[in-house]
Amino acid sequence: MKLITAIIREVQLDKVREALIEADIKRITVSRVSGHGQQRIEEMYRGQIIIPDLIPKIRIEIGVNDAFVDITVNAILKAARTNGAGSVGDGKIFITPLEECIRIRTGERGGTAI
Amino acid sequence: MTKRSKRSLFLMMILFFSFTGLYASDGTPIDTGATAWMLTSTALVLLMIPGLAMFYGGLVRSKNVLGTIMHSYVAMGIISVLWVILGYSMCFGGNTFGGWFGWNSDYFFLKGIDTKVMDAGIPEYVFSMFQGKFAIITPALIAGAFAERVSFKAYCFFIALWSLLVYNPLCHWVWASDGFLFKLGAKGAIDFAGGTVVHISAGVSGLVAALYLGARRGYPYQVIRPNNMVITMLGAGLLWVGWFGFNAGSSVSSGLSTAQALVATQVAAASGALAWIIIESTHQGKATALGFASGILAGLVAVTPAAGVVQPYGAMALGVIASLICYMAIMLKNKMGYDDSLDAFGIHGVGGITGALLLSFFIRPSWMADAVLKAGGSWTVWNQLGIQALAVGIAIVYAGVMTFILIFVLNKIIKFKASEDEEMAGLDRSYHGERGYGMLNPS
Repeated sequence: MKLITAIIREVQLDKVREALIEADIKRITVSRVSGHGQQRIEEMYRGQIIIPDLIPKIRIEIGVNDAFVDITVNAILKAARTNGAGSVGDGKIFITPLEECIRIRTGERGGTAI
Repeated sequence: MTKRSKRSLFLMMILFFSFTGLYASDGTPIDTGATAWMLTSTALVLLMIPGLAMFYGGLVRSKNVLGTIMHSYVAMGIISVLWVILGYSMCFGGNTFGGWFGWNSDYFFLKGIDTKVMDAGIPEYVFSMFQGKFAIITPALIAGAFAERVSFKAYCFFIALWSLLVYNPLCHWVWASDGFLFKLGAKGAIDFAGGTVVHISAGVSGLVAALYLGARRGYPYQVIRPNNMVITMLGAGLLWVGWFGFNAGSSVSSGLSTAQALVATQVAAASGALAWIIIESTHQGKATALGFASGILAGLVAVTPAAGVVQPYGAMALGVIASLICYMAIMLKNKMGYDDSLDAFGIHGVGGITGALLLSFFIRPSWMADAVLKAGGSWTVWNQLGIQALAVGIAIVYAGVMTFILIFVLNKIIKFKASEDEEMAGLDRSYHGERGYGMLNPS
């Protein structure tokens, strides 16, 4: 089992969700986060150039069985890239080993609980 | 304050009063009571526009909240300017082009009414500003039908042209003393405060625009929920308060007819709101805040054309019936699947039509007696219903056809609908470079 954490652009959330649903990945947690990576944006506001030090992003977390890791990652890659070839600020995907997964309702453990 | 400045203040006051004394009357004496109430009404109707901005703003997703609020606010800018330059003239001038709209060069830039006092005893400036507020709110109402998916620039051009080509002619027909709907039948088509001019025209135009532009991305399978019901409820409250100016101010006096309109307004709003939550909780199990707000609006919209002619029981009936019919209209919309995002047609169009037609059955006896005299013998409810239906039909066809032509042409020149990327990013970011709720992120 793996935990897939993706940090994506706010704007791409709809497309990523649609791509995941199409790939039959429907169990998902989404949160609003702020962060800083390679991207450096300049915003013009009231005639002044502003460089926000933290940029709003969306974090998606999905716990998957090993067989679904590639499917999930490919769906996110396909949908979160912007401008065709991708551009700085599209985000990152982290994959971490997932030690255990427990469904609270039944107490089931492991792969079937995902 | 020194002695000298005191003296100059005194001198200024003398000058001021002598000037106002000179210019106060133009033959007709000013009725200060009526003028005071019309000034108040003008302010109340303007208050409805921030109210509408809040009502609509709360109902969209958070990425579109500022864009939606701006749809109402920018109307205050664009339409006010147009109104002073030529809107008032087009509405209340004498018939031109066979009565298509009015024109009076005195009203161009309002330059000829500086010292004019109307027969009602109020300065014409006050009346023109009061009417100008109606011209502002009408195009702003349409924005609810295509919320969350239009380009800001195209919207600005749209409301400017719509105001000139749809609102001003309709307003002239219904409210100018030589408008052809004003003179229809025994005592004219009844549209006290703008059922046909404001609500039916805006609702029908909204429907046409929503159908032409198509749905929002993801509608209806993706759940699109309001970002902030609290500001929606505050907006609905402001609309209710402002509506007293809208209806009771439309008597253009401060007297009995004002009081009659005021009571009708309150009764219809309350009965409409109650009816909606009763219907809704019977049908769906819960009485929602949005349902209550929708009921307020349905009642207010329905009583708008009727406020001058119905008694409290009639207003109460209109409120209940309007809520029932609007509720069914929205159910039908959900079945048909077109995207009238914030129910501009479902509430304003349908509610306005309901009110304008059914008011015929609740007209106070004294009005009917007067109509019988003017018609020279007989004038029945059915005669009046016919006149009302004719006026409603003309408003629907004219607003619908003109809006279609306008959007069709405008869409060729400037793209009306937002691109998919702009829509996904949200109107706030795409067109205004701002966000409504920056505080949600640490930044």
